[in-house]
Amino acid sequence: MEGVFFGTALFSIFAVILICIFLFAGGVPAIAKIGAFSFLFGSEWAPTDDPASYGIFPMILGSLYVTAGAILIGVSIGVLTAVFMASFCPPRLHKILKPAIDILAGIPSVVYGFFGLIVLVPFVRLHLGGSGSSILTASVLLGIMILPTIIGVAESALRAVPSSYYEGALALGATHERSIFFVVLPAATSGVMAGVVLGIGRAIGETMAVILVAGNQARIPNGILNGARTLTSNIVLEMGYAADLHREALIGTGVVLFVFILIINLSFSYMKRIKR
Amino acid sequence: MKLKMYLQYPFSLLLRLLVILATAVTCFTLLFLIGYILIKGIPYLSFDLFSWTYNSENVSFMPSIVNTIIMVIGALLIAAPFGIFSAIYLVEYAKRGNKMVGAIRITAETLAGIPSIVYGLFGMLFFVTTLKMGYSLLAGIFTVAIMILPLMMRTTEEALKAVPDTFREGSFGLGAGKLRTVFRIVLPSAIPGILAGIILSIGRIVGETAALIYTAGTVAELPKNLFSSGRTLSVHMYALSKEGLHTDQAYATAVMLLGIVLLINTLSTMMAKKIEKKS
Repeated sequence: MEGVFFGTALFSIFAVILICIFLFAGGVPAIAKIGAFSFLFGSEWAPTDDPASYGIFPMILGSLYVTAGAILIGVSIGVLTAVFMASFCPPRLHKILKPAIDILAGIPSVVYGFFGLIVLVPFVRLHLGGSGSSILTASVLLGIMILPTIIGVAESALRAVPSSYYEGALALGATHERSIFFVVLPAATSGVMAGVVLGIGRAIGETMAVILVAGNQARIPNGILNGARTLTSNIVLEMGYAADLHREALIGTGVVLFVFILIINLSFSYMKRIKR
Repeated sequence: MKLKMYLQYPFSLLLRLLVILATAVTCFTLLFLIGYILIKGIPYLSFDLFSWTYNSENVSFMPSIVNTIIMVIGALLIAAPFGIFSAIYLVEYAKRGNKMVGAIRITAETLAGIPSIVYGLFGMLFFVTTLKMGYSLLAGIFTVAIMILPLMMRTTEEALKAVPDTFREGSFGLGAGKLRTVFRIVLPSAIPGILAGIILSIGRIVGETAALIYTAGTVAELPKNLFSSGRTLSVHMYALSKEGLHTDQAYATAVMLLGIVLLINTLSTMMAKKIEKKS
């Protein structure tokens, strides 16, 4: 029976290998055919033109901008909320807040996207101009979506700081707030950073919510009130009708995304190891 | 007195206000999101939407609900045994410093971090094309099963680790073998934790869209068998929002999805309380 358990445990290794093989086999030939440089840094994506051009640089930029915006919003609000929950919150309030944030984590991304579409997009269009579907809208929405991830990881990092640090700061005459922000929070930096990295992974991989609010224009984004297309949206939007090299180029887009995520995951586990 | 202290240290007051503000923003966002969708959406939950047939006049979500249920059951039937057995191996059998254990953990972590669209691409390339399943519920089930595997593994592992060693020692002391101890003593005591993992997995499957569009497809009708294509509730919701023609029905679908999420969260909180009480 131990063999059976061992066999099932090997399945996750098997799955990762299978995913790598099929993704790379499906996408790398196309990247080679188009040319790695013109695929990654080509600024024009026009697969239906003649001759077609397959440059995913606009999408790479789109993903980076949207993610950066989401991190800016998600990290500032998320870390501060985590500080509140770890060090300011009365236990009774904590019992309500914790499940509430779990709900935020459980809401399906397509529902977030719908909410963005009917609330955020009109709001931005009305008050800030443009069509409303923009990098800014997508960043705000993604920032909300990664909140629970960041809050969860950051809170446990803050709670893991030995209370002697906090008490030491108090004994030196610092106020409660000063001790938390200048002693406990710095001591928890690596844990908080791990949460941020996890949030980046979430944001860059998010598809359905972004597709509904980001506008999806496949050109180099020029301003936060203009639309952009991310790597993930590019795949979903065109896979339905793509054929031949176009289809392979989309799988190649997936490969680029996959490599991004692998790098992010590796740095996440690296940070977790530092913490120990 | 507290106020006096804060007047003396205005910077501390500022910091305190800042964290309270951030928390207020978080809570307000959550309440606004749920409140907005529920208040605007519930009136659109009409009886027609629950009819068994989908057509262009009545975009019923009943077929999608059936597909979602099939998807959840199918994926759990595959992922739960694999996840639970892997966790049993990791917690009960694996020896310290075993090289394979490190590899299993790293790959499980990697699986957990892969975005759903990459699973979708893989499912399309492997199950749909290479194994020639076509856009089908079965291809979707396999794809989603791999996706929730790390979640099942992690939650079960934690549940097993929480079972005190004295249980195992007591069982061994009474002469039970390793396998009997695992199945009769350890697993039953870990059931609430495992159930919590299953409930979380259900939530992931119900909310999944990107991994399913190009594996299970988007046909909005009742499936004939596991090889027919079918959209789940989330895919249905995406299709409606993307078309922009049936906003009312999209609201109603959002209400259904939110309802499921709230139900799932309540259940898992209840499970967590049960575990807490025990220990």
